[in-house]
Amino acid sequence: MNTIVETDGLGRDFKVRDGVRRRTVVAVERLSLRIEPGEAVGYIGANGAGKSTTIKMLTGILVPTRGTVTTCGLRPVADRRRLAREVGVVFGQRTQLWWDLPVRDSLRLLASIHSLGPAAERTRTDELVDRLELGEFLGTPVRQLSLGQRMRAEVAAALLHSPRLVILDEPTIGLDVLSKQRLREFLVAERRTHGTTLLLTTHDMGDVERLCDRILLVDRGSLVYDGTLAGLSRTVGAERVLVVDLATPTPDLVDVPDTRHLGSEGDGLRQRLAFDPDATTAARVLAALAGRTEIVDLAIEEPDVEEIVRRVYASRR
Amino acid sequence: MPRRDSNETRYVPVIVRTYLRLFVAGFRRQSTYRLAALGGLVANTTFGLLKVALLFAAVRTSGGELAGYDVAMMSTYIWISQGMLGSVNLHGRTEIADRIRSGDVAVDFLRPLDVHLASVTTEVGRAVFALIPRGVPSVVIGALLVGMALPDDPWAYPLGAVSLLLGIVVSATTVYLVGVCGFWLLETRGVAILYMVVSGFLAGLFVPIAMFPDWLRVVATVTPFPSMMMYPVDVLSGRVDGAAAVGLVALQVLWLAVTVTAGQLATRAGRRRLEVQGG
Repeated sequence: MNTIVETDGLGRDFKVRDGVRRRTVVAVERLSLRIEPGEAVGYIGANGAGKSTTIKMLTGILVPTRGTVTTCGLRPVADRRRLAREVGVVFGQRTQLWWDLPVRDSLRLLASIHSLGPAAERTRTDELVDRLELGEFLGTPVRQLSLGQRMRAEVAAALLHSPRLVILDEPTIGLDVLSKQRLREFLVAERRTHGTTLLLTTHDMGDVERLCDRILLVDRGSLVYDGTLAGLSRTVGAERVLVVDLATPTPDLVDVPDTRHLGSEGDGLRQRLAFDPDATTAARVLAALAGRTEIVDLAIEEPDVEEIVRRVYASRR
Repeated sequence: MPRRDSNETRYVPVIVRTYLRLFVAGFRRQSTYRLAALGGLVANTTFGLLKVALLFAAVRTSGGELAGYDVAMMSTYIWISQGMLGSVNLHGRTEIADRIRSGDVAVDFLRPLDVHLASVTTEVGRAVFALIPRGVPSVVIGALLVGMALPDDPWAYPLGAVSLLLGIVVSATTVYLVGVCGFWLLETRGVAILYMVVSGFLAGLFVPIAMFPDWLRVVATVTPFPSMMMYPVDVLSGRVDGAAAVGLVALQVLWLAVTVTAGQLATRAGRRRLEVQGG
């Protein structure tokens, strides 16, 4: 199979007017990467790191300032319309549905735009309506949908033409836990059944953990990490935090093996312990605690994308 | 691979079907705004009556005829032009301008469509719909309240319909050019206001172009604006008929070709300037 995305020294500058003077802002510096068919790639970085700009160059929306890019074997700017048939994009902050028409009409219009035959249109629409549970609001105008409903409809709209590459730009932003979960499950299933390649930008660690098997981390328009999430956490020493609610006020649990006491609340009713997942496990920490105190409730906090990104950035500066 | 019609012989009809659906989408979108349509009709009628008062007085003070218009013909001009107001864009504001400013135009570029033609087609669908709640009622109200002249030549109706449709399309292709200024300018509202001032006047919205002084009439005829409103009104009302009417329609076709070419070039050039940052 051919490489889905290949860039070499890809970059884009923007001219920004700064009062009277014009200056050049480098959004993406020089990006070289390859994405193979069937991969699920998380593209992460701080705001302004150049994630969206990269996506827009991959899809032919923006003309690169330098370097080369090939997506699905096509040149994005020159072959924009052909590429549009191979790629589906979900922008969490923009809509591709027709605001004042029912969801059903938007899907029919998109099927027509992508020249789906009647049989293909029916099969695919039914599949998406079923898996994304759109049935109850197919006849509702888009402007009356809740955010969760709208995002599901957006995903259906982007995937209707069965694209080989699906790009999701902040797909779960603003969604509640349940909606996020359903969307992720759908994407996992879609990838399994159709072999779709996924590329997503996100600030949500849950998205990365449950959807991606590869992470690309960008800083100031350059790639600074390419590998697995576990590898990334290892490099920056991402600790997890165990939060325990205890039955009775307890002195600070400072001497539990392989943990570090971070703090206590309410006379020690709630305590926070950091541990390194490579040195121990949550189960072992719990076992150590169980002998000493009664645990009423517990939660494990994972480092969020921002935290990991911050640590990587800090180590580079 | 995505499944779709691979039969090459069906390629052209599929394209036609796609743009037809966009036209219908524009039509249906507009149909959801019923109250706005009613408001538009009320405004059209009010200003129509105002034009009746002013222009009838002008015709009567110059002895019952002014620049070839008697009161009946003037009434026809007034009510057809008022009826076209919902369909012909003489205010300069467009959806494409908003989409360029907000960056939503990125979504348009992600579709296997010609962004220019898709935008114009949707706009024409919207405009054609507006004939139903605003165009036809305006003419009917005018005919009932004031009375109007009807064309002698039955050919005025079919040719007038073609001219009317061409007027709507030329209006959409011309105002699109205002919208895509957004590729170069941060804010196109100034251009839109300028367009509003100039287009209404030169399209013959306020007074018929025949009443213009000679030099201004020349200025008007070298712009696409009379093609949007004055020519369709002239053909539809039968004020201009026979070969002269066909000539006006040919002129509309010419302006259509010019504005479509300009739109294609501007979209292509603008795309290279596009700067959608963030989100």
